[in-house]
Amino acid sequence: MITKRIIPCLDVRDGRVVKGVNFLGLRDVSGPVELAKYYSDCGADELVFYDITASAEGRALFTGILRDVASTIFIPLTVGGGIRALADFERVLACGADKVSVNSGAIQNPRLIAEAAKRYGDQCVVLSVDAKRVNGTYHVFAKGGREDTGMDALEWIRRGIGDGAGEIVLNSIDTDGVKRGFDLEMLADVCAFADVPVIASGGAGRMEDFVTLFKEIPGVDAGLAASIFHFGEVSISELKDVLAREGINVRRIL
Amino acid sequence: MIAIIDYGVGNLFSLKSSLGMIGAQAVVTGDADAIAAADRVILPGVGAFGDARERLAQTGLDAVLCREAGRGKMILGICLGMQLLFDRSYEYGEHSGLGLIPGEVVDMAPRLPAGLKVPHIGWNALRLTAPRHPLFARVEDGACMYFVHSFYADRCAPSVIATAEYGIGLTAAVANGNVIGCQFHPEKSGRDGLELLRAFCEMEG
Repeated sequence: MITKRIIPCLDVRDGRVVKGVNFLGLRDVSGPVELAKYYSDCGADELVFYDITASAEGRALFTGILRDVASTIFIPLTVGGGIRALADFERVLACGADKVSVNSGAIQNPRLIAEAAKRYGDQCVVLSVDAKRVNGTYHVFAKGGREDTGMDALEWIRRGIGDGAGEIVLNSIDTDGVKRGFDLEMLADVCAFADVPVIASGGAGRMEDFVTLFKEIPGVDAGLAASIFHFGEVSISELKDVLAREGINVRRIL
Repeated sequence: MIAIIDYGVGNLFSLKSSLGMIGAQAVVTGDADAIAAADRVILPGVGAFGDARERLAQTGLDAVLCREAGRGKMILGICLGMQLLFDRSYEYGEHSGLGLIPGEVVDMAPRLPAGLKVPHIGWNALRLTAPRHPLFARVEDGACMYFVHSFYADRCAPSVIATAEYGIGLTAAVANGNVIGCQFHPEKSGRDGLELLRAFCEMEG
């Protein structure tokens, strides 16, 4: 059967990997190519790169890094950040990305998912959603989690899947950076209707959080995290050993 | 020299890079003479069967591929490139394939047990058939490869050299003499994927 995926996420700004806590207070971690190779060797199943630079110079730097990563490591690469038009898909796919993650761009341009899915296939389009509880419902937040769009997150995801999004990354702002585990309640609500892979993001603090995630919410296909991997708090190879011992089907590097 | 067939379908960056990584010389080309001159051919592909088949016909590359296969050249189809090797596909209608491997390509959705998502996307373990095909000379039974597909090859039992369990046994790799195909992406399957490409480069036609 298909294995549960472990996905490190690398936020890249000006050619370096950074990770914010609750999206604020950026902190420099390491060189993207070295980090990507390290993760691939440890058994990461996929890598996500988010380009968090705004400038044209930063963007050019990012695609250069992407090309270096894609010619060095050979696992699926997802790229997000600043994806607003089909031209942005084209730009990162040409540099070796396999999937493209849209977030704010899909909010600003409601046709983006459908157009991209038609041109590149559903498997290429990942809808990334930053969601947070507001008055008992989940709202979609834009601009890196700073702006409440007022949109209902479950409706937004349902619509994204209908338009052709091939995967959902669900990032709970409520649990992100807190390191007390994934947002199981929110994930269960999405998995109840999502018929495409759901990737859990936000809140992993230790290995047990992944065990709980996959045991409690069997519909979740992958767990994504950044800082706990970058700072070595959780090693991916050890994490996979633990998951396998707990009876969760994971890919092992033999 | 390996010719990676360029017919405007799919992303060839990783495939070319992965061959470079194992020290194989590769050229991305749609030129019939370059393909004829190559030792081996890789037919990649992502997207819909009908569009890809039409492009092969428009460019005349379908005839080139069939001729090279007939000459005994080693050919590897990857993902949609593998599906194109079969007799026909039922993806959005019915389309004829290259007819290099007997079998047909069908939608997995109605054949899977309830609760399994389509596409079949992610890492899945190979179950190799006995005797082990030389394509797997460098990987173990149970090695995980990266899959992304909604259709799969059926009615091709004599050619199957590996399957992947997904409620049913999905065709993961096939071989009919010098014509080989894999449904998964070796260029995205980490070290095991590179070892599979290396084995392909070492196979004698």
